[in-house]
Amino acid sequence: MKALVAVKRVVDYNVKVRAKADGSDVELNNVKMAINPFCEIAVEEAVRLKEAGTVSEVVVVSVGEKSSQEQIRTALALGADRGIHVEVEGRPEPLEIAKLLKGVVDKEQPQLVILGKQSIDGDNNQTGQMLGALANMGQGTFASEIKIDGDSLEVIREVDGGLQTLKLSLPAIVTTDLRLNEPRYASLPNIMKAKKKPLDVTNPEELGVSVTSHITQLGVAPPPERAAGIKVEDVAQLVDKLKNEAKVIS
Amino acid sequence: MKTLVIAEHDNNTLKPATHNAVAAAQAIGGDIDILVAGADCGAVAEAAAAIPGVGKVLSADNAVYANQLAENVALLIADVAAAYDNVVAPATTGGKNTMPRVAALMDVAQISDIIAVDSPDTFKRPIYAGNVIATVQSSDVKKVITVRTTAFDGVPEEGGSATVEAVAAAHDAGLSSFVGEEVAVSDRPELTAASVVISGGRGMQNGDNFQLLEGIADKLGAEIGASRAAVDAGFVPNDYQVGQTGKIVAPDLYIAVGISGAIQHLAGMKDSKVIVAINKDEDAPIFQVADYGLVADLFQALPELESAI
Ligand SMILES: Cc1cc2nc3c(=O)[nH]c(=O)nc-3n(C[C@H](O)[C@H](O)[C@H](O)COP(=O)(O)OP(=O)(O)OC[C@H]3O[C@@H](n4cnc5c(N)ncnc54)[C@H](O)[C@@H]3O)c2cc1C
Ligand SMILES: Cc1cc2nc3c(=O)[nH]c(=O)nc-3n(C[C@H](O)[C@H](O)[C@H](O)COP(=O)(O)OP(=O)(O)OC[C@H]3O[C@@H](n4cnc5c(N)ncnc54)[C@H](O)[C@@H]3O)c2cc1C
Repeated sequence: MKALVAVKRVVDYNVKVRAKADGSDVELNNVKMAINPFCEIAVEEAVRLKEAGTVSEVVVVSVGEKSSQEQIRTALALGADRGIHVEVEGRPEPLEIAKLLKGVVDKEQPQLVILGKQSIDGDNNQTGQMLGALANMGQGTFASEIKIDGDSLEVIREVDGGLQTLKLSLPAIVTTDLRLNEPRYASLPNIMKAKKKPLDVTNPEELGVSVTSHITQLGVAPPPERAAGIKVEDVAQLVDKLKNEAKVIS
Repeated sequence: MKTLVIAEHDNNTLKPATHNAVAAAQAIGGDIDILVAGADCGAVAEAAAAIPGVGKVLSADNAVYANQLAENVALLIADVAAAYDNVVAPATTGGKNTMPRVAALMDVAQISDIIAVDSPDTFKRPIYAGNVIATVQSSDVKKVITVRTTAFDGVPEEGGSATVEAVAAAHDAGLSSFVGEEVAVSDRPELTAASVVISGGRGMQNGDNFQLLEGIADKLGAEIGASRAAVDAGFVPNDYQVGQTGKIVAPDLYIAVGISGAIQHLAGMKDSKVIVAINKDEDAPIFQVADYGLVADLFQALPELESAI
């Protein structure tokens, strides 16, 4: 069966992003970019399913500007077989990305679509679920374990109260949580090999999707600063401060 | 303007996250109804009807909604939402799972995790792990919104007397089924609703050492949380994780023990009223957000703290 994995180019998770002084947008000049960590987990899971013989081909797709091809190459170096770049300008919203991914799903007919549960820039946590609705597929979001059994999928999900297990008929959507796997590092030979793997470029017109914006970002601002705190000498002073100054314990 | 709030519940009790979502709906303005989708969930509908200011409670009591399967519940919500301008749910794992599916069915954007309402179409929401607050305006006629519960004080639980109306529609998408769950049973308050949270990180070294936190938690009526590193290492279950990709908490008192203070962890707790950090490394970034920092070995400090309170 074929697995489709959606990957997103985002600011590296080690970067502390700041709002520009004029509040128009975040400062993204000369910032290190990377594959979204949850998408890396998604690629790893698909590659493991291929290594186990469950999946026959792993196709990665990214929606974005030309530079997104770097992240597709990263995924190819991790073991994906082929890439699709849906070229769009600007920053499409999750609904538009889901519509574009639906276009790719219609063409590729994967049995399994794996996405990250959220991207660490927009923090929207929407795209996989939206694709589920548009493609009329079941969804196993926030997955910490998946098992494929014939034409169905069992998924263990991380939920507020603990863990939940669902059974989905294939084709289905999975979105990854942190504990699904620990992604490998790409080896140098695999990075070289990835450069020769096929990467097709397409666009919204070819997919028959018109991209419209529903949300306008009016501005950005830093969060409220916390007043500087103090270091206490010992436990006794800490307890005294909590009781008598902060008054949060009695 | 009419807003539909989606109740968070387990078929027996209405969860406090619902009261936070109603508060956000009130900030948007207009009339508010609540949808309870579940099975044998009459008690939940009664509790929702007791919230002051609620017009009516729609109760979709049917086996197909028993386990909140997103595929089924999203069809129901999109159906009921035809009569509303806004659909609002708490940004719990339940809301996060279902609402984007609703938005896509309605062909509108979702505004995730709002922390403030500027006007009925303009909201504030954190992006980049809370390092930036974006103000966003929606041009959709109908809006689908999830609410960061810690940003809105819950409305009162009692005093109202809304009518309860049954919704007959039984949507079964036939795509998914419930197999089982492992739900943590705890006498402690829920992490996201606790007024005191004490969290342990990699510095705790193993799961057994979390007992050092339990004694203190018992005395303070606190809930226990953890960093991702502690969860990944298997010290505690996943539902303890506080952070950008775990639970967001904002208690009156947050005590971080053996946690370095990575941005992803801070994203989940830096709106706490008072923050205490206990760490043996005086340069740990957690001290930059702590009101009271104690540079100490936790294995010494925790027993001392337990006996001093
Ligand atoms: C500072 C800032 C400003 C923004 N300004 C605007 C604006 O002015 N106008 C506007 O329309 N939008 C804007 N956005 C939205 C931005 O483009 C979002 O990142 C986008 O809407 C996708 O949301 P998400 O990645 O958070 O989705 P999520 O739903 O959190 O993503 C989950 C998963 O979906 C998949 N996925 C997401 N995006 C892609 C992709 N591009 N290609 C392939 N797979 C993908 C990945 O598997 C990912 O792990 C802005 C975002 C930020 C952070
Ligand atoms: C995509 C992504 C999402 C993430 N989401 C989250 C999230 O939601 N929540 C989260 O927490 N993290 C998250 N992380 C991980 C985060 O980046 C950090 O790795 C993690 O928070 C570190 O946990 P820690 O502070 O317990 O461990 P460490 O960083 O290893 O810190 C341990 C601390 O314990 C102290 N210590 C050790 N021994 C003692 C002792 N005896 N006494 C006192 N102090 C001691 C040390 O000085 C150190 O400061 C995420 C990362 C990524 C990439």
